[in-house]
Amino acid sequence: MAVPLASTLGRRRSRRRSRAVPWLFLAPALILLLYFKYIPMAEGLRMSFYEVRGYLGDTWVGGDNYDEIVTSEAFTSAIAHSLLLAVGTTAGSMVLGLGLALLLEGSARHLWFVRTAAFLPVVTTIAVVAEVWRIMYHPAADGPLNSIIGWFGIAPQPYLADADSSLLSIMGVGVWRGAPYDMMIFLAGLAGVDRTLYESSAVDGASTWRRFRHVTLPALRPVFAILFTLAAIRGIRVFTEVFLLTNGAPNGSTEVLMTLIYKLGLQRGELGIAAAGSIVLFLGTVVLTVAVRALRRREA
Amino acid sequence: MRAERFDTVLGLSYRRGFAPRIGVFIVYAVMVLVFAGPLVALMIGAFSRVVDPTGFSLVPDGGFTLRNFVAAKDRDVYHYLFNSFVVVGFGLLLQILVSIFAAYALARHRMRFAALIMLAILATMMLPEEVIAVPLSVVLADLPPFDINLIGTYAGMILPVGAWGFSILVMTEFMKEVPVELEEAARIDGAGELRTFFSIVLPLCRPALGVIGVFGFTMIWDQYLLPLIVATEPSQYTLPIALRTLRSDEEVGIGVLLAAAMLALLPSVIAFLAFQRQFVRGLTSGAIKG
Repeated sequence: MAVPLASTLGRRRSRRRSRAVPWLFLAPALILLLYFKYIPMAEGLRMSFYEVRGYLGDTWVGGDNYDEIVTSEAFTSAIAHSLLLAVGTTAGSMVLGLGLALLLEGSARHLWFVRTAAFLPVVTTIAVVAEVWRIMYHPAADGPLNSIIGWFGIAPQPYLADADSSLLSIMGVGVWRGAPYDMMIFLAGLAGVDRTLYESSAVDGASTWRRFRHVTLPALRPVFAILFTLAAIRGIRVFTEVFLLTNGAPNGSTEVLMTLIYKLGLQRGELGIAAAGSIVLFLGTVVLTVAVRALRRREA
Repeated sequence: MRAERFDTVLGLSYRRGFAPRIGVFIVYAVMVLVFAGPLVALMIGAFSRVVDPTGFSLVPDGGFTLRNFVAAKDRDVYHYLFNSFVVVGFGLLLQILVSIFAAYALARHRMRFAALIMLAILATMMLPEEVIAVPLSVVLADLPPFDINLIGTYAGMILPVGAWGFSILVMTEFMKEVPVELEEAARIDGAGELRTFFSIVLPLCRPALGVIGVFGFTMIWDQYLLPLIVATEPSQYTLPIALRTLRSDEEVGIGVLLAAAMLALLPSVIAFLAFQRQFVRGLTSGAIKG
């Protein structure tokens, strides 16, 4: 009698232990995510409805922080700059990335070399990219980039130093770093295109252009959707490049949402308004993601 | 030969004749110059007497010198580099361990709410880190429930990168593919959970470790906003954060920036070149699935 009882007990205990085991393995991840993702997210949402004053205690202000964002010219122009930058960088990177992918498709050794060299900007730390381009964009007539365009008879440009060209110059850096990334994803997409379609279209007398237009492009459609979402989200949340290249200057012409949030929240201590700005940024990325998903579903 | 002509859309490799080949070669040369040129100029400049931006080019006229790296020592560049290595070393170790543990639980154990937890982890991947930067700075300064302040500490830069949805996801997907028979055999032989994990599961996951290792390294090395929030004094700066303070030097001008930037660039480039296959695999799988 005693033996079966002991064995049932033992089994029950071991089953209980085995049920706890996965939770123990998960615990580190869940605790870290709780502290550094979920709690900050919730805290951000809470702060966005308060005037945050540290030890003095917070005051509930309802939607005032959001009002401030919608009405303040600094915020609306920062949002506009973020969107412009996102659209320009995304479009530029995708077009150039597709071009690169088409030119560098194949398995030859020299193609591998060119692809690797072209991919270097993607793995380079953003801070280094920004500092290199600050130097490249040196506005003097004998600055690096101005010297190069001088060989082709183009007049020196002010790049980051002028309000008319600063945003475009930052876009250029974004495309320089974004295009090789898109190239890699396009190359993976191109590898999945059915080769027999190329051959049969050639047999039917289709030109290279028509083959590209009617066989390759349709096959790449899912890749476009993914890249668009990824790049657009990365575009509107851009911070480091802008912070290092111009930090909003000259004359606020390159102030984007994140540099403004950084200034307000982490330098001036306007935590409530900065938190509300962050929530607006978050909603922007959610809307973009959902919109692209919905578009894809309707297409499919 | 005929079939190969249709390997690519443009079929550039199969164009015959002198002019097309030269044309293709020039296109490739321009590509390498545009994308790698500025970075190569940076490396050359780090070893030359480049005092101001106008001397920045692929052929500087200063001649080979190490004085930028000597000046870098006076400007604490090697201390910043040390900080970066501490953060990336411990951060990556933590991130890999956390990911493997979590993946082991999610892929190998039938547990309640597994789908829900996966969703919660995926949700953090959709959440841009910029969005939580401001509240994170508040949380880091006053960690509940013990009111621990991580501002100005290594831990403040390391712990937030410890759990990364991408790594957990990649590792979980991989572990689902590894056959379970070996584990069951080990368990029948009386090996405990931890023993089974370390001597059976972990060695089988080596290919995926390469992917999450190189991605985790790049991710942590690339951190900017987080150390910017956490560091309160220059002595706590990581190298990427410090670059901004090194833009010019009385003696060597931008030379010190070039030397420091090269040191910040090199580890990620080496990691990429050494683990290129894993890098491209992770990139495409992550993007196509995400």
